[in-house]
Amino acid sequence: MSTNLTLAKARPRQQDHPLWFLVPALVVLVVFFFVPTLFNFVYAFTDWSSFKSAINFAGIDNFTSLFSNGTLLNSLKVTLVYAVLVALFQNAFGLGLALLLERDTRVNRAVRVAFFIPVIMSALAVGYIFQALLKPDGALNGILGALTGADVAIPWLGDTTWTIVVVAVVHAWKWMGLSMLIYLAGLKTINEDVLEAARLDGANRWTMFRAIRFPLLAPAVTFNVATALLGSMNGFDIVQATTEGGPGGTTELLNIFIFRTFGQGLFAQATTMSLVLFLLVTILAFPVIRFLRKREDVL
Amino acid sequence: MSTTATGTAAPRRTAPARRAPRRRRLPLQPIAAILVAALVLGVPFWLVVATASKDQAEALNPNLEAPSEWRLLDNFAAVFSDGRMMSAFFGSLLVMVPAVVGVLVLGSMAAWILGRRGGRLSAAVYALAISGIVLPPAVVTIVLLLRQLGLAGTALGMVGVYMGMYLSTVVFFVTGFVRTIPHELEEAARVDGAGPVRVFVRVILPLLKPVLATATILICLYIWNDVFYALFVIGGRIDTLPLNLYQVASAGLYLQNWHLIFAYIILMSLPLLITFVVAQRRIISGITSGAVK
Repeated sequence: MSTNLTLAKARPRQQDHPLWFLVPALVVLVVFFFVPTLFNFVYAFTDWSSFKSAINFAGIDNFTSLFSNGTLLNSLKVTLVYAVLVALFQNAFGLGLALLLERDTRVNRAVRVAFFIPVIMSALAVGYIFQALLKPDGALNGILGALTGADVAIPWLGDTTWTIVVVAVVHAWKWMGLSMLIYLAGLKTINEDVLEAARLDGANRWTMFRAIRFPLLAPAVTFNVATALLGSMNGFDIVQATTEGGPGGTTELLNIFIFRTFGQGLFAQATTMSLVLFLLVTILAFPVIRFLRKREDVL
Repeated sequence: MSTTATGTAAPRRTAPARRAPRRRRLPLQPIAAILVAALVLGVPFWLVVATASKDQAEALNPNLEAPSEWRLLDNFAAVFSDGRMMSAFFGSLLVMVPAVVGVLVLGSMAAWILGRRGGRLSAAVYALAISGIVLPPAVVTIVLLLRQLGLAGTALGMVGVYMGMYLSTVVFFVTGFVRTIPHELEEAARVDGAGPVRVFVRVILPLLKPVLATATILICLYIWNDVFYALFVIGGRIDTLPLNLYQVASAGLYLQNWHLIFAYIILMSLPLLITFVVAQRRIISGITSGAVK
């Protein structure tokens, strides 16, 4: 009797939320996301190119050739360095802005809105703007020249060591408004009483920030670091618009390499790099997110 | 009685005393805020507007000098007539609108089921469905797949690719939201004899409005500004605004035409900019709501 009752209750529950509602979304996901991802694991081991019609199995030739000519390691290194730099800058700028604009005044609200404009602009457009700004005879050197009184001609986008840092700053410039908003929302959630108690204990502003406010921002840090890392590892637009991977391949992200080799018709090599990017993100992103989540629990 | 009076009055008296030193610093903060904005945002934005208002000779080397003669509207007109801006605008709409509507409908359908059903199967499907938030799309092999499907270079193929990329985001946002909707609301409709489709369309979908608004904004932002995936899938076949900007800026014809490039950038940013200015409060609260929990 009681089993009958639970069955009678359970069966409509299942029918109320029929599984076929899942089917259209799953079909699109499988066809346009998971099948291409599986193809990555297949075509990276072929000689697929635009120069011949047949596609043959080629073993690990793509990997060995990309490894031996140094592009694989270079692109990996550049992508990692870029991701770390962007995560650092974007969070530093975003947090700085959030602290600067924390109070709810009319000026602050207006400035916050202004800092969100780069977020909604096309990354490609941002890249072109900074290409013009950072040219050796561009506006930034003009300003520096006016300040120092001497002619300044720093090749911001032509240095094999420092250009990746400059481009990472541009990337962080575009997205810092988003990080700022997330940090502002995080700061709002901090209980006023906790701050008041610390103030009564004689904590100064810096101590309060270091010991109370920053630790309590952990969820915002998680979100911002994770999105900055993911966004920059998948980066393309800003680098393509400013340096196109140069000078000398020192800013050649995996996606820049993939686009360039694809354009040359070397599809299998591009696929190999696409697989490398997939593995890099899989290997890095999940542990990083887990680590940041754990940090939230501890604090 | 008098003790309680002084008890409440005392902190009130000390509070202004404690805040007094900060109030003296007050004018510094707005000045700092405006100065930072002027330097960090004002310089690049001024460069764009000033250069977009110059003629070709003056804009040859973009600098911060004001144009000798403001020709912003002339340059807008030149971009409109020389470039393929209008067709690129409609190309952008052609791939964005169906993709956004598609992910919202399919994503909410799936999210409703995933949010309501327990069990290992739906947990596994959910994990798989949201993995796309983190995993990068396989951009090269997707071109191969589209060729095999006969969709290479078509708007439909591009829409499919965008849907595959952003369904995860919608499923993630909406499933979390569905779990906060009380079961009783569905039950009430069911008692009246409504089937699942009716319950979904009449009860669930209207309740999802706020979260769907947030998802719409995010996905529009991504697709409107995307150039990387568009280059692979529809590059050279269908124009979108970023694709067109890329061609314009990298083509020899326009190489030295910074005034037209920047005029183009202003024009292509305007739709999102206007949307943002009109709806900024909702956009900001929508974007930040999910992040800090």
